Amino acid sequence: MSTLKMPRVDRQTLKNKDKIIVDISRFTRKQNILSENEELKPYETDGLAAYRQTPMLVVLPETTQEVSRILSYCNKNKIKVVPRGAGTGLAGSALPLADCILLGLGKFNKIKEIDFSNRCVVAQPGVTNLAITHAVQNKGFYYAPDPSSQMACSIGGNVAENSGGVHSLKYGTTTNNILGVEAVLIDGTVVRIGGKVFDSPGYDLLGLITGSEGLLCVITEVTVKILKKPDTVKAILLGFSSMEDAGNSVMKIISNGIIPAGMEIMDKVLLEATNNFSKAGYPLEAEAMLIVELDGTKSEVEELIKKVADICKENKCTSVKISKSDEERLKFWSGRKAAFPACGEMAPDYYCVDGTIPRSKLAKVLREITKLSKKYKLPVANAFHAGDGNLHPIIMFDANDKTSLEKTEKFGEDILKLCVKFGGVLSGEHGIGIEKRELMCEMFNDNDIQQQINIKNSLDPSSLLNPGKVYPILRKCAEEGRLHIHGRDKSKFSDIPRF
Amino acid sequence: MVETNQNSQTSLDFNIEKFEPKNESEIQQIIKYCFKKNLPIEIVGTQTKQGIGKNLQCAKTLNMSQFSGIIDYKPEELYITVKAGTPIKTIQEELKKNNQHLAFEPINFSKIFKTNSNEGTIGGTLSCNFSGSRRFRVGSARDHILGFKGFNGKGEKVKSGGTVVKNVTGYDLSKLITGSFGTLVTLSEITLKVLPLEAETKTIIVSGLPLEHGLAIMSSAISSSNDPSGALYYPGNLRNNFVFNDLTHPGSITAIRVEGTKISVKQRIENLIEDLSLRDKKLAILDLTQSEIFWEVARSIEVFSKNDGNILRAVVPPSETLNLINRTKNFHPNYFIDWGGSLIWMELDYLSSQKIDQLRQRILAANGYITLIKSRESVKSSSEIFTIDPIKFKISQNIKKSFDPKRILNPGKMYTGI
Repeated sequence: MSTLKMPRVDRQTLKNKDKIIVDISRFTRKQNILSENEELKPYETDGLAAYRQTPMLVVLPETTQEVSRILSYCNKNKIKVVPRGAGTGLAGSALPLADCILLGLGKFNKIKEIDFSNRCVVAQPGVTNLAITHAVQNKGFYYAPDPSSQMACSIGGNVAENSGGVHSLKYGTTTNNILGVEAVLIDGTVVRIGGKVFDSPGYDLLGLITGSEGLLCVITEVTVKILKKPDTVKAILLGFSSMEDAGNSVMKIISNGIIPAGMEIMDKVLLEATNNFSKAGYPLEAEAMLIVELDGTKSEVEELIKKVADICKENKCTSVKISKSDEERLKFWSGRKAAFPACGEMAPDYYCVDGTIPRSKLAKVLREITKLSKKYKLPVANAFHAGDGNLHPIIMFDANDKTSLEKTEKFGEDILKLCVKFGGVLSGEHGIGIEKRELMCEMFNDNDIQQQINIKNSLDPSSLLNPGKVYPILRKCAEEGRLHIHGRDKSKFSDIPRF
Repeated sequence: MVETNQNSQTSLDFNIEKFEPKNESEIQQIIKYCFKKNLPIEIVGTQTKQGIGKNLQCAKTLNMSQFSGIIDYKPEELYITVKAGTPIKTIQEELKKNNQHLAFEPINFSKIFKTNSNEGTIGGTLSCNFSGSRRFRVGSARDHILGFKGFNGKGEKVKSGGTVVKNVTGYDLSKLITGSFGTLVTLSEITLKVLPLEAETKTIIVSGLPLEHGLAIMSSAISSSNDPSGALYYPGNLRNNFVFNDLTHPGSITAIRVEGTKISVKQRIENLIEDLSLRDKKLAILDLTQSEIFWEVARSIEVFSKNDGNILRAVVPPSETLNLINRTKNFHPNYFIDWGGSLIWMELDYLSSQKIDQLRQRILAANGYITLIKSRESVKSSSEIFTIDPIKFKISQNIKKSFDPKRILNPGKMYTGI
């Protein structure tokens, strides 16, 4: 565990561990309570594997009623609770605390209802994102948000982090694609928000909960909207001799009224690395490459592909390659999806940064990132969800070298500060968690943060649900609580594609 | 005695009842003053939607309509930042210059409430979160707000969000304040997502279908990959509201809107006619101009603007709509159905709070909700306007307190006690 400042450990709670186990076993089956070190070990970290902390206990409830009784008990006895879905999050939102009960929702793994007539699916929170699409694809439907970890990440976690994916520009993120949740508050209250209808009256609690990183409630059921798959999907690969040309093309595509399903930029470093890795057929001579995916009816896609190619030609693209089949389209994406493992081939460790900037600033920000790369003497590969301005620079370093590690962290911070400086935000889709907690002051002033904390206090007055996440503990930007990361473990979920 | 604020260059007369602030500093001073003196404030724009929610009798009124104007518009970044009092019409006209629009089709209430104020302000539109026929395809107002600045009930300036669509940086307060009827924050600046106007729009109209058949067609259309952007049903008794060259058949109207590039619209219209077996039906295809007029009637609920009836808005899962309409026949409502079968606008000549309760029970049983939009003051004051259960009421009360501890912003507008 690093020296990141976390909430004070409650020694009394730790002393009462045995009694707590006995008490909790009244609410759930005994085998759902893990308390031995070797049982706890797999839960000591999430996708941000550099930070590790063994929880006091792991509890794996099976029903909403169990969750309610456990939370109510924790609230009365002032025990901290950290909710966890699949644990694939990259910002440390599910990092345990030494005196917490880690509440794993893994046993909530059933799809409860598939309702084609109302175009929705009711799922328990532990169901994976991709499993929802698999459950409805026989009738040509799918669930739109597609975070790259979709084969492993859970829908409950998606709600907690407001997960996006490569298709967010056209189809939105989780918050735009869910209709309702069942959730449990820290006092054990079970609340149903929304349902199978849009825009339930009253305050938009669904909007508030989505992206709240487990600080406000534990989600026990999610109703998602499903869409019919488009008739035709095609992708086009475009090479450019400069990032400026690629960035300008993105702007021109949008200002011509085209909203592609996906639009990605990769820089030369990543282009070469991923092409070596997955043989995706990328234009290796290019300095930057754009992948544009278009969907709709056949004639529409053909028309738009031609328009996109023409716009890019006007903006000096050096190569154009259109997918001729679905296999080829997926091959185009395979390189992009292999960004993480490909970087893993180039350096002992890598660190993926997540921030969003206005689209028009892409080339400028990239130039700044290149300067920073020289300053810190650390190589960086750049992938952008260019359509929505979401950057994912991947810094390569060696975790065994302490200086390299510190420099990487500083480099990442500088990139995020750049995002804010250029009118963007600290996180596009990974969330704040512990990773960016202390950077919140870059975007928000004391009033803004206090208002958010007031909301938290109004629902969880003792701050027991996932404390120490999202909001800076010290609340003064000068006193950064975030310090060193030790031993980043790239093997954690390394088989899951990330982008 | 005239009290003035010492800390600002502007000197405000706090004794007046109606404030019309022209800058953020004035908004802040007024709310801080009311907070200090425990004075409730009614926040209004151009009052096109003032009739929705409980009528308020506040000591002070904060009229935001003078706080108007476009602050920043970046067509290529797909966003616009405006002051809260900016009229919807002004925004749409500006966006149109760049072939863009607010895709959520803000409902224009000025016809049913008989006001004429350029369709109301953006602040009011977001505070109410009522969105048009494109809802199932593009979302509602809450899906199009990217960020805001405003003042909470203590007069503290708060902000959330930004100008980008992908943003997970703290709680999404932009969504929370949308649809909160001014009870949490007085909005000052709003950033909205804008989208390109589609080059072509056409509408398939099938005439004379019974409701059951109309609903089935809407459902099949939305569940197809033809990606329609509107699907609604007017029963036969409302047919005479529509006069179009290309609409010659009598009877009910089942309408499917398709938008996109010219080639795409043509192909999707053909697909829909084929897939839904519409060739032998009483069919009309409205072109771009006729389509725009047709959908504008729905956006302004125009078919209910002639009478002075009571207007209710019910939302149920589409599979429940037919049953619900059958079960509400004894109330004799005029109705039409939008959002592909999910949104039911109802007009009733006679309404009492008892009737609303009966309707509410039936709609709750269908897993939906109902909102009273327009009625006599005597009915409104004795009825629940919005649907809420006790658990959500308690949560909402707590949230209200976190923004507005003294309950001075539009108190009771949505619910008594909030």
